[in-house]
This record gives sequence, structure tokens and C-alpha cells, in this order.
Amino acid sequence: MTNATAQSPDESRTVQFRVWRGNRDGGAFASYPVTVSEGMVVLDCVHQIQAVHAPDLACRWNCKAGKCGSCSAEINGTPRLMCMTRMDTLPADAVVTIEPMRSFPSIRDLVTDVSWNFRVKQKIKPFKPRKPDNADGSWTMMQVDVDRVQEFRKCIECFLCQDVCHVLRDHHKHDEFIGPRFLMYNAALEMHPLDTENRLRDLKDNDGIGYCNITKCCTKVCPEHIGITDNAIIPMKERIVDEFYDPITRLFRMFKPKG
Amino acid sequence: MSLSDRYIVHEHDVLVIGAGGAGLRAAIEASGSGAKVGVVCKSLLGKAHTVMAEGGMAAAMGNVDDRDNWEVHFADTMRGGQYLNNPIMAEHHAKESPDRVRELEAWGAVFDRTKEGKILQRNFGGHRYPRLAHVGDRTGLELIRTLQDHGIHQGMEVFMEMTVVSLLTTGGRIAGAVGYDRERGRMRIWRAKAVILATGGIGKSFRITSNSWEGTGDGHALGYLAGAELMDMEFVQFHPTGMVWPPSVRGILVTEGVRGEGGVLRNSEGKRFMFDDIPEAYKNQVAKDEEEGWRYVCGDKNANRPPELLTRDHVARCINREIKAGRGSPHGGVYLDIGWIKEKIPNAAAHIQRKLPSMYHQFKQLAGVDITTERMEVGPTTHYIMGGIAVDGDTQMSCVPGLFAAGEVTAGLHGANRLGGNSLSDLVVFGKLAGEHAAKYAKSTTVAEVDAAQVESHGRAIEEPFERSGGENAFAIQSALQEAMQDLVGIVRTEKEMQLALVKIAEFKGRHAMVSVSGTREYNPGWHTTIDLSYMLIVSESIARSAIERKESRGAQFREDYPEKSAECGTFNLIAKRASDGSMTVTRRPIVPMRADLKAIVEKMK
Repeated sequence: MTNATAQSPDESRTVQFRVWRGNRDGGAFASYPVTVSEGMVVLDCVHQIQAVHAPDLACRWNCKAGKCGSCSAEINGTPRLMCMTRMDTLPADAVVTIEPMRSFPSIRDLVTDVSWNFRVKQKIKPFKPRKPDNADGSWTMMQVDVDRVQEFRKCIECFLCQDVCHVLRDHHKHDEFIGPRFLMYNAALEMHPLDTENRLRDLKDNDGIGYCNITKCCTKVCPEHIGITDNAIIPMKERIVDEFYDPITRLFRMFKPKG
Repeated sequence: MSLSDRYIVHEHDVLVIGAGGAGLRAAIEASGSGAKVGVVCKSLLGKAHTVMAEGGMAAAMGNVDDRDNWEVHFADTMRGGQYLNNPIMAEHHAKESPDRVRELEAWGAVFDRTKEGKILQRNFGGHRYPRLAHVGDRTGLELIRTLQDHGIHQGMEVFMEMTVVSLLTTGGRIAGAVGYDRERGRMRIWRAKAVILATGGIGKSFRITSNSWEGTGDGHALGYLAGAELMDMEFVQFHPTGMVWPPSVRGILVTEGVRGEGGVLRNSEGKRFMFDDIPEAYKNQVAKDEEEGWRYVCGDKNANRPPELLTRDHVARCINREIKAGRGSPHGGVYLDIGWIKEKIPNAAAHIQRKLPSMYHQFKQLAGVDITTERMEVGPTTHYIMGGIAVDGDTQMSCVPGLFAAGEVTAGLHGANRLGGNSLSDLVVFGKLAGEHAAKYAKSTTVAEVDAAQVESHGRAIEEPFERSGGENAFAIQSALQEAMQDLVGIVRTEKEMQLALVKIAEFKGRHAMVSVSGTREYNPGWHTTIDLSYMLIVSESIARSAIERKESRGAQFREDYPEKSAECGTFNLIAKRASDGSMTVTRRPIVPMRADLKAIVEKMK
């Protein structure tokens, strides 16, 4: 019984927090002391700062259980969900630094403007199923055939993968590159057993899949532990190679009448 | 200066407030029938509380047990609701939910499959047969993402991170809504021919809750203030299994799916206490021993359910009894054990991780507990409100012309207690109906003129906290209200305590009127909470007043001073309504009579 033998619940300590305060015009770090007791996560500390020191500290959150992907931030320089980062996993007695996601424009304090992600999704060709298999409008699909799509559909859209990706973070290619989240979104649609649409040309020409050089930073920060690079992006890159660059296919295509 | 100089004005045929499952499904339906639709939501799209739903959505498709059909589902829902449900809504729900599930599949949802490749269905409390279509334990995420990804291509206009502060009415009918965007604090007017409330629940009025910050009863209060009726507000569901440790996660939901997959409840003595007390209405439906209960979990059609899969109101009360009797766990809960199934099946750890992945991670990361080998500590948590806006069972329109409601903010489907899994199906069945009828209504009318004085008074009211100084911040009053509701209007109720709660609520209202807010209007949580708190106070008052008025124990309401069910109280629903002097009145209304054919179904299934 791990939880029954836990140390005394009365044991609390004071931890200094450095929290970025500011807006689109700039900002600075502010320091707050937080009383930390057993089991607390970083989001609890932010709430304590709001209740005790700074009621106007802006922070986005919803479920507090790692299911909605709202409370993304950079904790001691690492993109993480604040609600799933337990204080006892951070170095004891060290200052905790919280910053907003740096790949997106600031709104205020820890809240960033992530609307770009919603615009990107809108442009991806929607799901287009084949005709139903059965008279009641349903389809027959085996579990083995949906397993890999279900992995991608675990995504909670926290956008931490977008935040960490150097193509967006350092090179600001937001106009040419859709980022790991939406490369995987394409993969989920392309690998959906019922889908009949083809998004490979879009991925190659408009979505900038070529920019991804498989550093796997996105996979490392994913709170849902989705194999973004290995299971989604690399297979899409392979399909694009097969479709557009494979010499035999190209040769074959040269002799195939158009139309 | 005209309103449009100081307010950003939008115009729609149908305005949907809330973007969870019900709001999105309503918006899709209304857009599909040609209406110009706006959706306002407090959070980012796809983050609404629907995302937290875990176990599944109930639909009598009969994929796992072909004895299931809409009649059984209807009878289960009415029995679970202790016959205070609106039978017309229960009929719509039971008949239409299979189509709504299949429709989600057509829009890209990927449910878990049976061996034959059909949508898999799992056992849940109060459902006679395995009935819940699901995706592991993240069904809500699948539902909201599917509706979101389909919805964004249907032409609706979405207003994210905006709060509605009042509905607008002109001559007694809906004219739209007024509110502000959280990002900049700019005031906005949404003119509309019809408005659909789909704002979800009220859990934040209690200290221990599975609800996020959004569950502040906005739609309940907005509707009430606009003249709609609040029905069945005394029925607040305390989900039997929330996390109890560590303190910061207290209340976070532990899905009923754990019990559906074979999880059992034990007290500190190791006893499976749920066998001790079987309610009369279920005595023919419960396993006689542990062995039969396990056979049921494994799909044996001749076995009855284990007592852990009785209705939530009953299980929550049994857990409460064990804790009060001193047989609880160290942190004030009881034990939920799924790891024990390793005695019954090979590869149990892998099976648990596959069927309950987010429970596995939730306990591992937040509590340091490995549920495949260790027991969980769980206790009741405020989860859901059965009560809400009273609507017409067929059209979902309230008594205010042009004002519709769908999902948790609505009363009727669940009566005195909701069955697990009936919420996700509720969202899509009644979201669709509300969208359809709101669009139809909008076609039949013109957009009403907005009363400028009404708008200005709402605008002034929400600005006032900035002009005051030296007052309390809203967080302090919010947590005092949560304490009061938890302690005085919680899982076990008495008139004396609830009268005290009313006194406190009146005091909180006075303090709320004096709150001052620092900082600017840009994304200011202190200000947002001040506005949310006004809704929470109205909702809390309606819960306490209705609970006092219902002098019996039924479904989710347990009165220590009236511990028995009363036949007379089974004949009415309670309606809270705003009187002309601004006070809240609670009156009785006879329950919606059941048609003879529906009555026959209920009798047959008893």
C-alpha cells in the first residue's frame, strides 16, 4: 500500500516560484513563495499563488487530471502539463520556474494564443468514410485494424509537441509547417480503416512534412506517450516516398496514360 | 453613443452556449438545417468537461447481448431515476441513442470492437445488459473530438474563451445574449432568434467534485434569471468513486468502468461490503455470491450483476456508511481493487492497462499507485446534477419562447438518479433534438430588437468590481460556499443543516456584492471567478431550497430526517422559479404521466 505508508501529510515546505508575468508587449519574472504539501502538483501551486498573492495571474486549466490538455507550460525549461507535474518530482528546495509555451504568442502571463493550431486543423481534409458495410449504417472493423489509429486519437491537444518542435520554436515556420500534432492528425485519418481521402500531396507540398528531421523531441514531451515520430510521422514520410519518389513507381507512371 | 460603438455585435439564427457534447451536437444539427449558428464557450474548443467522461455511452445496440433493446434501456433508465423521469425523454433517449452512436462512427469515431468487428459494449451500473459503447476509459475525449472535428467543417462560428453574463429577452422571448471575451475583456452582444443552453453542470458549488472550474452552473442561472424553470435541483449525483488521496486530487473521477471490468469494493477489514445491502427494486438482478458476480463480468448471460454495479446513489451511500462506521481506508475512503482479477485471468496487468489506460496513468502519476497490483482508495465525489432547466420532452424548449436546453443543464431524462453511461448518450440525443427544433423555431421568427437599457445594466454590473477597492477577492467566498454546500447540503441531508446553508448563502451574496477586483480586464481569473460565483450562488440556493422541500429519501437525495421513500413525493417534481420580487419560489408539479404502452414496458421489466 503505497498510499497508506506515505509520509506524514502535515509535512509542508516553502518553495519559491518564479512565474513569468506579462503580455504581448513583454514581461518579467515575479517571485512568489508557495506552501507545498504532500502530493501537490505545479498547478496546485499556481492556484495557491492566485488565491493568496495574485488573483489576476492568468493561467489556463480545466480538468486537472491530464485529460483536457489546457495547462501546458514550460516548467524549469521543459514543456509539461502543470496538472501532471508533481512537486516531489522536481529538485527539492530549488526555485521552480514557470513560463508560458514559447512557440506561441503571449496573451497574458501563462496563457498563450494557440489559435494557429485551430486554423491549421480546419485546412486538413476531413474524414471521408467508405459506404457503410451493413444495413444499419455501421461498419465492420477488427480491433487489430483500429489499434494504431486509437493510439493517435488519445491526443489531448495540449500542443506541447508543437511547443518543443524546433521547426516552429526556433525557425518559426508556422506558415509552411503544420507541426507534429497535425502530421499525426493526418496520419490518424490516413490510417483510419474507413477513410477514402488522400492527403499525401498536401502533406508533401503544403504541410511541410519534409521539415521534420526526426529528432523525436515531440515524442519525448507527449503526456499521452504517443509514438508521434515512429508510429505517425515516419510512416507518412514513407508513404510519400512510395507515392512520389519511388523510381519504379515513377517509371511505371511515365508509361501509364494520364486521365 | 449606440450599442454597436461600445459592444462587438454578432448576429445568428441560433446561438449555442457551451461546446461540450450537447452544444456541439446541437450546433451541427442546426447548421445542417441551414441555420446560421454561433457557439460560445468558456474554454478552448475541445476542452469542455465532456472530455472527462470515461466509461462510455449507453445505447441498446445489442452487439454483445442480443437480448438488449430500447425497451430494456427505457425501463432501466426509469427504474434508476426512481420514476421521477420525464418518460417522453426517456423514450427518445432509449430509441435514438443507437443511431447517435453509429453516426459518431460515420464522423470518424473509433470505438473498441467485438470479436466480430462490431462496436464493443461494456457493463455499467443499473444497465441490465452490457450496453456502453466505449474507447478504453477515454470515451468522452473520443466523443468531443469527433464532434469538434466534424463540426468545424459545418459552417458554425465558434467564439472560444468567452463568457455569457446574461440572456437578453424582449417582450418575454429570447433576443440573444450579452457577454465578454476573456482575452481582452471586450463586451459583446450576440443577437439570435433562438438560444440553446448547453453549459453542463454545477459541481464547483461543492468542495469535493470531479468537475473542472467550468462547472459553475452558468446555464442554470442564466436560464433562471431569464424566466425559465429549474426542475429537480435537489438531485445531485455523488459519484461513488473519486480519488481521495493525495489531497490535491481529491474528487477526481475514477470511472465506473473499473467496476464494469471486475473491480470490487472492500472495507478496511477486507470485506466486500456491497453484498450487505441490496435494494428491493434490484433484488432479482443481483448476483447471490462473488462467483456469480465474476461470471457476469465475463459475459455469462445466466449470471446476475455483482452488487458493485448497482446504481450510483446506492453505492455512494454504502461507501459513506462504511467510512462513518470506522471501516474506511487511511485517507477516508474505501478500497477499490481491480488487481485481484489476476486470480482469474492470465496477463491481468496488461488487460487492465489496455481496458483502463487513463486510470492506470492517473493513479501511477498522481498517487504513486500501480492499480494492477495495488488497491485504490476511493470515496464519493460531486459529479453530476440530474436537475436543470425544465423543457418540453419532444422539442427541448423551455417555458421562455426561443430558449432551448440540452445535456446536463436540462432536467427530465434522469429523474432522481442518472445511470452511468446515460450522460454521453443524453448529450447527442438531446443535442440533436435541441438543434433541430431551435433551427425550426428560428425559421419561424425574426430576430428580436435588443433592449439597450437591459444590455447597459448588465455591462455596468460586471464592471463594478473594478471600481470597488478593499473588498475580498472572489476566491475566498467561492471556497467558503464550497465548504458550506459540501458540509450542509451533501450526501446526507437534514432540514436543520440546509436551513443553515441558506443563511450562509444569503451572507455570501452580501459579500459577493462587495468583491473588488485588481488588475486589468485582460484574462483576469479573479474577475472571471467573481462572475462565475454569481451563478454558483443561485444554483446553490435552488439545490438547498428544493432539497428542503422534498421531505423524503429517493435516488440521489438522502434525508437523515426523512430516511424513507414516500409514495406522495413520488407524484411530483419540484420547480424553482424566480418570483416578480426577485425571490426564489419552489413549487410542486405533478410528474409527466406515462403513456399506457410505456407503463406496460415498465411493469413487464420489473
